[in-house]
Amino acid sequence: MSKSNIYKFGIVVFPGSNCDHDCYHAIKHVFGQECEFLWHHETDVGQFDCIVLPGGFSYGDYLRTGSIASLSPIMKSVEKFAQSGKPVIGICNGFQVLVESGLLPGALIKNSSLKFVCKWVRIRVESTKNLFTENMKVGDTLKLPVAHGEGNYFCSPDELKALNENSQIVFKYCAENGDATPESNPNGSLENIAGISNKEGNVLGMMPHPERCTEEILNGTQGRLIFESIISWLNLNNKQKDRA
Amino acid sequence: MKEFKVKVEVKLKPVVLDPQGKTVLTALHNLGYEKVEDARIGKLIELKITDEDAGKVKERVNDMCLKLLANPVIEDFVVNVEE
Repeated sequence: MSKSNIYKFGIVVFPGSNCDHDCYHAIKHVFGQECEFLWHHETDVGQFDCIVLPGGFSYGDYLRTGSIASLSPIMKSVEKFAQSGKPVIGICNGFQVLVESGLLPGALIKNSSLKFVCKWVRIRVESTKNLFTENMKVGDTLKLPVAHGEGNYFCSPDELKALNENSQIVFKYCAENGDATPESNPNGSLENIAGISNKEGNVLGMMPHPERCTEEILNGTQGRLIFESIISWLNLNNKQKDRA
Repeated sequence: MKEFKVKVEVKLKPVVLDPQGKTVLTALHNLGYEKVEDARIGKLIELKITDEDAGKVKERVNDMCLKLLANPVIEDFVVNVEE
């Protein structure tokens, strides 16, 4: 990474979020960025450069995972933030909140095994038409941990077609050689989908946890690539703004 | 103003796999109920609402379903209004 400015990351905290501190640690201490927790009652997130919806069990997963959180006061301003083109990343429960809020298409339903899965998986980069894979190539594979009971991605055939046509499928679960096999799919997701973006490529939802593998002591560092991509994009975007 | 009892049935769409239903089906077979061919699990939501008439109640509950009580991507819903 070339010389970087320091950016302001906001981590949204819902009652029941539990990966908020992991995200804070990674962003603040591993990447040296500015970072703040945002209680879900906040109504203005305009001063931030990137918004993170962390993992957890917001509102105890009542009704449907992410459904109550998606109606929190802060989500209106997150929507506006996303429309302005700035990066929004939802991890695990954050992904569930993004699909429930309509910022991303589809739904996340119970794992086909009915079991909570907590393990390391491999995912393959399927598209770089989004700002979160800025530092990656299509076909690269990443080893990241998953921990969820409802990560089974579902959408209508029309939506799936649109996702494919617009290169919105960002990550697929895969075997060591990069093939998206049924055995490598931990939850029954359609087409092994592990993460998708919006059409514009500035909103990403993913089930695996990049914030849990950014340091050697955590047995893996490939989660760094996603945060580094966001920072690279912010640098690039800043330079373009300076020139304009 | 009248008081209405509303029952909302929320079911997974037929095209959505219901692993919970499948597991219950297997358990029923294990109990000897082999004639059971399928089991699907949904939700029943009961609401108590005070409003002018049943038509208005139904309309509002439909809105509630689309906005919160059901997820139209994966679920169908039926609204029953009783006085």
